[in-house]
Amino acid sequence: MGMTVVEKILARASSLSSLKAGDIVEPKVDLAMSHENAALVINQFLEIYQGTGLEPKIWNPSKVSIIFDHRVPAESPKTASNQKKIRGFVAANKIKKFHDIRGDVGGICHQVLPENGYIKPGFVVVGTDSHTTSHGALGAFAFGIGATEMASVWALGCVLNVEVPATIKVNVTGKFKKFVGPKDLILHLIGKLTAEGANFKVIEFHGPTIKKMSTSGRLAICNMSVEAGATSGIVPADNETVRYLREEAGIKGKIHRVVPDNDAVFERIVDIDVSNLEPQIACPHTVDNVKSIKEVKGTKINQIVIGSCTNGRLDDLEIAAKIIKGKKVAQGVRMLIFPASARIYNQALARGFIGEFMKAGAVVMNSGCGPCLGIHEGALGDGEVALSTTNRNFKGRMGNPKSEVYLCSPAVAAASAMKGVITDPTKIKL
Amino acid sequence: MSQVIYKLGDDISTDIIYPGRYMATVLPTETPQFAFADIKELNEKLNTKQVPHGSIIVGGKNFGCGSSREQAVSALKGYEIIIIACNFARIFFQNSINLGLQTITCPEIEANEGDELDIKGGEVVNKTSGKIFRIEPMPKARQAIIEASGLIAYTRKRVMEKASMR
Ligand code: SF4
Repeated sequence: MGMTVVEKILARASSLSSLKAGDIVEPKVDLAMSHENAALVINQFLEIYQGTGLEPKIWNPSKVSIIFDHRVPAESPKTASNQKKIRGFVAANKIKKFHDIRGDVGGICHQVLPENGYIKPGFVVVGTDSHTTSHGALGAFAFGIGATEMASVWALGCVLNVEVPATIKVNVTGKFKKFVGPKDLILHLIGKLTAEGANFKVIEFHGPTIKKMSTSGRLAICNMSVEAGATSGIVPADNETVRYLREEAGIKGKIHRVVPDNDAVFERIVDIDVSNLEPQIACPHTVDNVKSIKEVKGTKINQIVIGSCTNGRLDDLEIAAKIIKGKKVAQGVRMLIFPASARIYNQALARGFIGEFMKAGAVVMNSGCGPCLGIHEGALGDGEVALSTTNRNFKGRMGNPKSEVYLCSPAVAAASAMKGVITDPTKIKL
Repeated sequence: MSQVIYKLGDDISTDIIYPGRYMATVLPTETPQFAFADIKELNEKLNTKQVPHGSIIVGGKNFGCGSSREQAVSALKGYEIIIIACNFARIFFQNSINLGLQTITCPEIEANEGDELDIKGGEVVNKTSGKIFRIEPMPKARQAIIEASGLIAYTRKRVMEKASMR
């Protein structure tokens, strides 16, 4: 019986010649990522060794990565102390894939990992972050786990008792209209599948539209696969994957492509034609509350956010800069820009995007998670409305349960910033 | 027999269970105070009133969706409550098994605040309404971790086996 990409990856990582959905395996991990929550992972890791008389030892420090992104620079003494503790642990355990708060190599974990060549097709990647699904964009099986599970991975180098997930194949055809793109596709798909429609399953993306899509766009769709509940999203490695890994991630060695068998067994096949897709908006307070822009245009906005691990990459900033260039952010609207990594920030600076944003009246912040999870900066007032290119709009997500968050593409965000209301970018004159 | 102390709807996210602004707090001894911080009534019930161990919170579909933050589980575990929901989001579900929070998947569950429930033999019996609901059995892969009383103990055993093999 044929295997899906994830079945093949798990078979290799579990030293089995074949397996199928529902089997229980113990795959070896190729990369284990944490962010500030490494503070908790360290606690749990040390606890594993308590009373054993053994020295706590990470199975392979070269496969562990820690990135500071959620609260950078630290918003409180507590966070600063956690980060300090993690730095000590990183040094003591010789963890090299560590990215501190820096303006050259820092950034959000889900951008830092791919751009530094830490992810390769066929890898098993685990991260103490639900959006670890992002890395499926490079043909890896990447999924989110909790801190205790990560502690277990640090100790053993494998994930215990993994049930091989069934796979939903999503076949995408058609050419996007101008100012419609990967974000609109994934919002549309989540609306279709619902927030739990892919729970415990993998979404494998196929079709000519995906073939043509840049790695940046693939990162966005795999990133948000978890919003349909998916264990992971994955795009089987192809020429674009290899191009990205060689040209942008600096990988020199051999790259193995893992592709599904022709007779792979999928639980379900979903076909989507994007030719007539309009910009999509996820309305408060669930990500699957997706509407076409027609239904919500004109909604008044107080804050626009462009950034995050979903849409804070160079092409996202480029499209926003193109729309906002020479215009002004509407009075009464705050526009916040968070490049996904320091590298992207520097590229955007060189390309003149940052200058355009500032001239228009936007505030450009350091790269990091920023207001995406409502801990740090860019909180909303009672009753205020945000329109954001991030990935979650749950009640309280941006720090205030009395506010509302709408999710959209960078093009919609930029067009709306100028008008102060939700605006269809396909209808504006540049 | 246990009492339902609160009833929640569908898609209860980890942002509701444990708001992001408390994420710098990680110790299981400190997280419980922030459980459901933005649902004042429930938070106060947990924090100020005596909620006996084994009390039940009932949820709808997709309970625990969103972030992988384990605080959402350790905060609830601190009260030794039981969560019964139609189904759970994957990471929350796995985290609760790893930490020993009792989660019961009961697709058709109907229960209101104050109802008395009996959980036994693969069923939830609602003593107040007289209705009986089927429990979805725990997947085998997870049973082993539960039997070892959590992932820390389970991993510890493996680490020791590995060490003795050398
Ligand atoms: S940008 Fe938002 S979604 Fe992405 S890792 Fe940071 S907090 Fe999570």
